[in-house]
Amino acid sequence: MNAWTFFLEHRAEILEATANHLTLVLIAMAFAIVIGVPLGMFIVHRATLRNVALGLASVFQTIPSLALFGFLIPIPFIGGIGRRTAIVALVLYALLPILRNTYVGLTGIDPAVLEAAQAMGMTESQILWRVRLPLARTVILAGIRTATIITIGVATIAAAIGAGGLGTFIFRGVAMVNDAVILAGAIPAALLAIAADILLGLLERRLKIS
Amino acid sequence: MHVHSQMRRLSIEMNAKTDPQKADPTIHFENVTYGINLSVHHRIVSDIRFSVASGQTLVLLGRSGSGKTTLLKLINRLLVPTKGQVIVRGRPTGEWDPIRLRRSIGYVIQEAGLFPHFTVTQNIALVPNLEKWDAPRISSRVSELLTLVGLDPIEFASRKPHELSGGQRQRVGVARALAADPPILLMDEPFGALDPVTRAELQREFSALARRLGKTIVFVTHDLREALLLASRIILLESGRIVADATPQEFSRIDHPEVRAFTASLSPLAGAHA
Repeated sequence: MNAWTFFLEHRAEILEATANHLTLVLIAMAFAIVIGVPLGMFIVHRATLRNVALGLASVFQTIPSLALFGFLIPIPFIGGIGRRTAIVALVLYALLPILRNTYVGLTGIDPAVLEAAQAMGMTESQILWRVRLPLARTVILAGIRTATIITIGVATIAAAIGAGGLGTFIFRGVAMVNDAVILAGAIPAALLAIAADILLGLLERRLKIS
Repeated sequence: MHVHSQMRRLSIEMNAKTDPQKADPTIHFENVTYGINLSVHHRIVSDIRFSVASGQTLVLLGRSGSGKTTLLKLINRLLVPTKGQVIVRGRPTGEWDPIRLRRSIGYVIQEAGLFPHFTVTQNIALVPNLEKWDAPRISSRVSELLTLVGLDPIEFASRKPHELSGGQRQRVGVARALAADPPILLMDEPFGALDPVTRAELQREFSALARRLGKTIVFVTHDLREALLLASRIILLESGRIVADATPQEFSRIDHPEVRAFTASLSPLAGAHA
């Protein structure tokens, strides 16, 4: 049986897995953004917390994804088998690029602009919201873009703990030593990643100030 | 009766606070030292003592690293003296709410420091917006200021800073600093990054503007020619200390090696040797 006929015969199933995969990624990204961006804003002026937060986010990034899913299973409330655990792991993975880019974007502003803002009597929070944040938005979005692509890839492994998604086909295909089944999971996942990259890239270009 | 006179006094005081024209626009440095710590090697400026009278244009002249910019930042409390005090508009800067103090002092820096994501209008309207002026007042103030600095409001109001030349950006920077009509203006080498022709043009125009506005101005530069053109008084700094304090007319007659070094930079031969 070649890959094409497998695709055609199982298209409904593949489509459903793709939709599952996408939901998993979107939920995880929503949490990662809601945590990462405000945290990045919060650590701009707090050196100790900044080192802890960035350090911790880096540590999560270094844990192999399969191991991280495994570690989370026995933890009460966030652990167990299924989607919730997978989302927690994906959020932890997506956090570093978002947090780091938010911080770098907010602090990488032309010092002359910040000096002018301060000298004209803007408060720290006015500078953060009206100057730093608008000027950092493309860098923050670049972090979100990276995180999304990572998450789409890592989410395939979530199938190992019963979270569904395109990984289901990949694990099944590996077990069956059947390339067609592996490709049924791998190709849509790759296409999702490419589409996300292009879309977010377009958005990034639109937000650029020149 | 007593209450009435008290209320009147209160309203006069409030007027003095809100109306910049009535506020005391003078600046006094009283034995100011600023440094990382007080050991002589870490001092950036030492034992600075001078006053700027209302309406005066004081030029702080000196080489890079002589402490000019530090003095400027001590005036709007971007820095606080390590020793001594700077008295601005009748109060030591340490006692001022920094936000209130800074909104009453215009600030112009090299390359203007305009907000790249704001239009020309939004840049100029920044302090009036922070001070919650109403929209019609802001928009009439913006066109007034653009005209004042020689830019056509219709052509420039909605441009972004990257759509302006260096000279135009600097003009917007001056307009922004003047927006809320502050009694004091601080300028840190505002024309330093411009080509010589544009620089001369802006210096001439600004000199006329300064005379007309009657603001108290502290202007930092390393260019003696600029100092002579704009100053009502020149203070020369060397390694964080004042070495000369004179009117432009007297300045070149002062017998001090650093003064001679600066006057020599004016002679056409100075370039030939370099």
